[in-house]
Amino acid sequence: MPETPADQFVDMRQQHETAQLGMWTFIATEVLFFGGLLLAYCVYRIGDPEGFAEAARHTKIVIGTINTAVLLTSSFLVAWAVTAARLRQGRMAGLLLGFAAVLGLAFLALKGVEYAKEYDEHLIPRLDFAYAGPKATSVYLFFSFYFVATGLHALHIAIGVVVLAVIGWQAGRGRYSERYHSPITVAGLYWHFVDVVWIFLFALIYLPGRAS
Amino acid sequence: MKNGQPPRELLVSWLGLLALLGITVFASYQPLGAANTGVALAIALGKSLIVAAIFMELRRGSALTIVFAATGFFWLAIMFWLALADYMSR
Repeated sequence: MPETPADQFVDMRQQHETAQLGMWTFIATEVLFFGGLLLAYCVYRIGDPEGFAEAARHTKIVIGTINTAVLLTSSFLVAWAVTAARLRQGRMAGLLLGFAAVLGLAFLALKGVEYAKEYDEHLIPRLDFAYAGPKATSVYLFFSFYFVATGLHALHIAIGVVVLAVIGWQAGRGRYSERYHSPITVAGLYWHFVDVVWIFLFALIYLPGRAS
Repeated sequence: MKNGQPPRELLVSWLGLLALLGITVFASYQPLGAANTGVALAIALGKSLIVAAIFMELRRGSALTIVFAATGFFWLAIMFWLALADYMSR
């Protein structure tokens, strides 16, 4: 177990803080990566609010809401696992991360069901898009954003599932402790960030136009 | 933390997040006009702050960590401010 710091660090605390700052720096680049997409969405939505509301009504809000609950729950399990690992409850931490990874897979499965329904309704730009009505252009733009944003997000979830599985395996073997826990802590930061991205995608994709 | 039991603050945060999810879905079906968007985004921001403060442990983070965490959002705010100042004033 790496209980002593690497050569370039004074102590374990400094090593841990460096790992954390590195992950936060990566998250800053991710914020701007997804932020550009969200900005494009906002600009087009301001251009035609009614068209975007009409398009959003075609999204599957039941699946979207369940998926939000799934991700929030997986984040809770990951936060719990990080605490458990620091208290040397390795088996518990491994189980919690395993369960969180399974929830990540459930999210992807539900997303697949959603994509299939949208394919049946001819709502996939370029591949199979047929929509009649005066708002067809805005609906096309909305679903272009929808597939790019949720597709990139799903890619992040898929990577996260692998990370959680590997870290969960390590945690189960008792690798982490109060002294050495940077890998599980920064993996948690990544997973929580992907959750935050979804919180905003949910508000922008599924909720508009429900009352009108 | 006892073996097999979640820390209380994590449990409370998780239940709070699920409650906010319920509230935001319910609110989106109420005819509030333009306020629907504001409510949805305010609740999304609230949920994100809970995740950042509790799950991502910024509440106990050092000043340096908080500065690093805020940087991306600071740049994002500049990007939104400059772009939307244009589109929203047309």
